[in-house]
Amino acid sequence: MKIKKSAMVGTLESSDIQISITQNDSEENVILLESPVKHLFGEEIERVIDSVLTQYQMQGVVVKAIDKGALNCTIAARMQAVIYRAIESEIDWELR
Amino acid sequence: MERLRRTMMYVPGNNPAMLADANVYGADSIMFDLEDSVALSEKDAARWLVYETLQTIDFEDTEIVVRINGLDTPFGRADIEAMVRAGVDVLRLPKTDTAEDVKTVEAIVASVEAKIGRPIGSTKMMAAIESPLGIIKAFEIATASDRLIGIAIGAEDFVTNMKTKRSPEGIELLSARSQLVVAARAAGIAALDTVYSDVNNEEGFKAEVDLIKQLGFDGKSVINPRQIGLVHEAFQPSEKEIQEALQVIMAIDEANAKGSGVISLNGKMIDKPIVERAQRVLELAGISGGQHV
Repeated sequence: MKIKKSAMVGTLESSDIQISITQNDSEENVILLESPVKHLFGEEIERVIDSVLTQYQMQGVVVKAIDKGALNCTIAARMQAVIYRAIESEIDWELR
Repeated sequence: MERLRRTMMYVPGNNPAMLADANVYGADSIMFDLEDSVALSEKDAARWLVYETLQTIDFEDTEIVVRINGLDTPFGRADIEAMVRAGVDVLRLPKTDTAEDVKTVEAIVASVEAKIGRPIGSTKMMAAIESPLGIIKAFEIATASDRLIGIAIGAEDFVTNMKTKRSPEGIELLSARSQLVVAARAAGIAALDTVYSDVNNEEGFKAEVDLIKQLGFDGKSVINPRQIGLVHEAFQPSEKEIQEALQVIMAIDEANAKGSGVISLNGKMIDKPIVERAQRVLELAGISGGQHV
């Protein structure tokens, strides 16, 4: 899926993660992560982000994530919200 | 044993920290809010957050309620679809004015249940009544669907519609509370009271809890974990009440064993209302006694 516009969701409050998504110049997906626990959980956070991108067949996007200690379910929720904002489409529950 | 609904704690739907911790405070029900506590621009984010939280966190036996947006908004229909898919126990309908409001939501809920293979009727509903019209129609609303587990009064909108405001004594809500609890009892479902917003006024809160308990309400919506213990304490029967209730139940058991038609305890006849009150006392005390009626 292609994004129609850049989008952002989430906050910088504790236990949340703020995620923005923009078009990349190439077909590659790029994940830029900031997190106080990156040294311990960075790979896991990026894995969750990447799995949602794969789930929604997103290609050629830059995801910037500022993590404040979010649980995986929060990361997945914010990712889905930002993707739907960016693709401007109704929810397709078959993809969930 | 009937589920207790002494406390229903509001949790803003777009706050990850509060969602994750919601079950640690011991409320009988948790109500994740997609409506007034969520900014219009964040409705989609809150819906995803509650959905994913419910897929992940085990809230054990706590009843999970989600307050959805009304169908007169662009968000209501999507909220219903997501929350039925998430497997919530109860959908709370805001601003319910008529039985038709309940039936319209029920039809959408049923269509989602059918689509995803969830048993039809398994998603329960409760209706918040927040207007003079809703109060007048309370019994029709309470009997509009078999899915309804309760009706609740939402005071802030109600008092505004009534051209008054809330007072510490709550006299402005007396008529509405009375009508709502009668309607709920006539329909055989729960009656839930409104929030008490001044979380620092513990004495005022306790007085309001005593009032609604005496009126016959099952419980109260709470907005702060500090209020939970105060409500549970107010609804907890005294040791004397528990002992009396146990004696009533034992007398019933004894009479049933003897095949006796007339039941008495300490020289007084025990009839059905006394037995039902005893059972209610034991339910509130967390003691099973519900098999006798």
